[in-house]
Amino acid sequence: MGKAKGTVIFDSDACKGCGLCISVCPVNILALDTSSVNNKGYHPATAIEPEKCIGCANCATICPDTVITVYRTMEE
Amino acid sequence: MAVVFQKTKGLTDKPFSYCPGCTHGIIHRLVAESLEELGLLDEVIGVAPVGCSVFAYEFFNCDMHEAAHGRAPAVATGIKRVHPDHPVFTYQGDGDLASIGTAEIVHVAHRGEKITTIFVNNAIYGMTGGQMAPTTLVGQKATTAPYGRDAALCGNPIRISEMLATIDGAVFVERVAVNTPANIRKAKKAIKRAFEVQLQGLGFGIVEVLSTCPTNWGLTPVESLEWLEKNMIPYYPLGNFKSPKEEK
Ligand SMILES: Cc1ncc(C[n+]2csc(CCOP(=O)(O)OP(=O)(O)O)c2C)c(N)n1
Ligand code: SF4
Repeated sequence: MGKAKGTVIFDSDACKGCGLCISVCPVNILALDTSSVNNKGYHPATAIEPEKCIGCANCATICPDTVITVYRTMEE
Repeated sequence: MAVVFQKTKGLTDKPFSYCPGCTHGIIHRLVAESLEELGLLDEVIGVAPVGCSVFAYEFFNCDMHEAAHGRAPAVATGIKRVHPDHPVFTYQGDGDLASIGTAEIVHVAHRGEKITTIFVNNAIYGMTGGQMAPTTLVGQKATTAPYGRDAALCGNPIRISEMLATIDGAVFVERVAVNTPANIRKAKKAIKRAFEVQLQGLGFGIVEVLSTCPTNWGLTPVESLEWLEKNMIPYYPLGNFKSPKEEK
């Protein structure tokens, strides 16, 4: 069995910066991007260490605004 | 790369009007995913309530009807009786269903109407600014209970699932919560099951979903999930109260 490698893509302008995704990420790689403000006026959530993502989809499962799409590949 | 999670076709592109972190959005998605997976999007007819989810008809990618406050079960009854071959659901808050619409929900269950109700219990009137609901917990503050709900004055919070489970016409009754990814997955299973029960024509089904209202609870979205777990789940226990006999 290889290791699961995930990719999370954020529809940043749909994000309301609620932070629920950040609170459920098991590898703690999500944060609000305080250096940017989206169309709605919020700091959107983003992956700060995207290479560590395991593709569990916890973040997308709890996101109330379906901001996140999750992909997964198996590495050797 | 395999897609593990993407937005369901059961939702329109319209952004939700809900406050940041409000779990109405999660519950919408679970309903929409269930309808998509069961292949019902082209035939299902939903009934939207009055409350924060009053615009549900803009968000669900299926036929929708609006109802007056609390009357969604009555409207859904009419729709189902005219269109018995179409799945019909209502989406209702706790002010809508457990207060002004109590008569409608009790009698829709009593008549065993073959519809599915998604009951969003956030223990408060959200849309109107945080007044006490019948579901507000003892001690919980609301604009109309500034010192917290007093049981001596207002009675204890109403447990809708337990009450409806005593009615013969209600064949599927389950309470779930959307406070963790694991509970959200369980909530999805219950909602999907409730629609399957309707398709089998067995009777009335309801899924009560414990939800948050960060804005009117005066908590952050993450604190709200914790408050739900610590305060709501002990009073409103999760679990299945009733399901059709053959699957037990
Ligand atoms: C006949 C009638 N009475 C009162 C109102 C005012 N009103 C609008 S929403 C609402 C309460 C909604 O609370 P809930 O059903 O819990 O939904 P939430 O907003 O919390 O999702 C009330 C009392 C109304 N619109 N119509
Ligand atoms: S007022 Fe409460 S229930 Fe309504 S959208 Fe905001 S958080 Fe959700």
